Amino acid sequence: MSTTSTKPPVLRRLASFFTGSKQSRENLSFLVLSVLLLAVFPLCLDVFRLNLVGKYLTYAFVAVGLVLCWGYGGILSLGQGVFFGLGGYCMAMFLKLEASDPASTSIQSTPGIPDFMDWNQLTALPAFWVPFRSFPFTVVAILVVPGALAFLLATAMFKRRVGGVYFAIITQAIAAILSILIIGRQGYTGGVNGITDLKTLLGWDIRSDSAKVILYYLNAVLLLGGVALGLSLVRSKLGRILLALRDKEQRVLFTGYDVATIKRAVFVLAALYAAVGGAMFTLQVGFMSPSFVGIVPSIEMVIGAAIGGRSSLFGAIYGSLLMNFGKSYFSEEFPELWLFVIGSLFVAVVMLFPEGLAGIDAPRALRAVKGFLSRGGKRPAAGGLGVAPDVAPAPSMTPGGTP
Amino acid sequence: MNNEYLLQIEDLSVSFDGFKAVDDLTLYFAKEGVHAVIGPNGAGKTTLLDLITGRTRPTKGHVRFKGAELTGLREYQIVRRGVGRKFQTPSVYESLTVFENLEMAFPDKRSWFSAWRFRRTPQIVERVEQVAELIYLKDRLHERAELLSHGQKQWLEIGALLIQDPELLLLDEPVAGMSVADREKTAELLSGLAKGRAVVVVEHDMDFVKKISNHVTVLHQGRLLAEGKMDAIQKNPKVVEVYLGH
Repeated sequence: MSTTSTKPPVLRRLASFFTGSKQSRENLSFLVLSVLLLAVFPLCLDVFRLNLVGKYLTYAFVAVGLVLCWGYGGILSLGQGVFFGLGGYCMAMFLKLEASDPASTSIQSTPGIPDFMDWNQLTALPAFWVPFRSFPFTVVAILVVPGALAFLLATAMFKRRVGGVYFAIITQAIAAILSILIIGRQGYTGGVNGITDLKTLLGWDIRSDSAKVILYYLNAVLLLGGVALGLSLVRSKLGRILLALRDKEQRVLFTGYDVATIKRAVFVLAALYAAVGGAMFTLQVGFMSPSFVGIVPSIEMVIGAAIGGRSSLFGAIYGSLLMNFGKSYFSEEFPELWLFVIGSLFVAVVMLFPEGLAGIDAPRALRAVKGFLSRGGKRPAAGGLGVAPDVAPAPSMTPGGTP
Repeated sequence: MNNEYLLQIEDLSVSFDGFKAVDDLTLYFAKEGVHAVIGPNGAGKTTLLDLITGRTRPTKGHVRFKGAELTGLREYQIVRRGVGRKFQTPSVYESLTVFENLEMAFPDKRSWFSAWRFRRTPQIVERVEQVAELIYLKDRLHERAELLSHGQKQWLEIGALLIQDPELLLLDEPVAGMSVADREKTAELLSGLAKGRAVVVVEHDMDFVKKISNHVTVLHQGRLLAEGKMDAIQKNPKVVEVYLGH
């Protein structure tokens, strides 16, 4: 706190809001992120690129959810694509039905139903599609459908003390099952192509440039809201309980906490974040397909969060953005290399900087690198490179341990 | 069953793949005082604590606390009824401060929702400071737990149990690894705590046990070997044989 009496109290209060303690540094990060998303990007990028960033920011929703359930709660979910996809598909179903009114689909054998259903010789809208004609229902479904699945999964697993690696594998299995299910039931879901050709939302053309800009802002505002919500959780007693859970689950249980219910709550919360991301993705990109639901996209989402820093809400967002920029670049220039790149990144994060970029203590990392070079490339005596001393080290990914 | 005893263990047995870790055990614990449970390694002492706290299900028998059956309840339910357990190795939240460690154990607002909305009230601050004073950590309240010495971590863990005001305190080797000076302080602490609650101590340090306990139970191979005051126990030939001879 400034001791100069010449600074007006308002400025002093502002200064202490943004500097000094960990909490105020978080406030500053929030301000920086807000300015970046709401001012810098829209001013510097053309509509096409802004839309692209908007797309990447939908993955950031998943990353924020992962920070809460994985970075804080220690629950590794390798199946967030499931909730992202379910949220996305709910939105896609509504938009597709709006685009499949009898007038536009008059050339089909059965007008008034989505084109892919017509190709698959369906003659009527399947029952589970019908409620998606309603926008309010759709909005509720975007949250309730993935949320209910997460709730069921968590109840089945956590009440039986299934956690750690086993839980992670099961989430992978669910991701695989859902993507295979979607691909297989072509007539009901659009199959491997997904649900495409989405045009309007309640009459508003979502493909126009102005719509893309507005949707970008909506997305950014929702994301910032999600981060604020996450910050409130992380700063609360629940945040400390989750940290304690991550490191010493047994002790928390013996302190009288119903651990299974707490884990379930945070897992459902992470699913809700992913679902909102999925719905915003559908709106901005104009389609949803099973390629965002399965094992690989789910793992990519985790890697994005891990690179940025799984215990840092802001780090995970930047990591997610970085990963997506990298993916676009590599897919264009060196497509075969992409899988190797993310694989190596994942290994590097786990072995060298478990708290991601956010956890790197730059001066210490620099010293470590200098030491490494001066020893002629031999291994250092002490532990890993560049992990900040005041950040709790992440438990290693040993079999049987909680990743 | 009379309500004279706080904890009643009757015909308690548990067997792991045929190995009887606890075999037909019947024990009674009074409402106040320090009751020590001793025995050679493998006698079933820690298993007994696991059975009481719900960590392990018995294959036979009953555990009754304040007249109500504990077997079958989940761990957190047993804790909420007034049973506090301390584990052998100090189990504190290293990345949190002493204050936060104690606050975490405060017996209120334990659901995820109320914990999210939890606000630190003066009442809580007062209680935390009260307990911190008891466990000799009042001047280290805002330090991270990982910086405490081994003995201090043990006390912090005891503190985290105390703040819940349990009627039954189960301590598994509370002075293991402590210096002589720390053992003295722990003995003082536990004797003070035993006024108004039952403290059950599983220990190997016989001097410590003699100093603080009112009643001693000796277990051997999952069965009750002897009970009584420490003097009598130390002179009991069966006990001597079990500890010294094999």
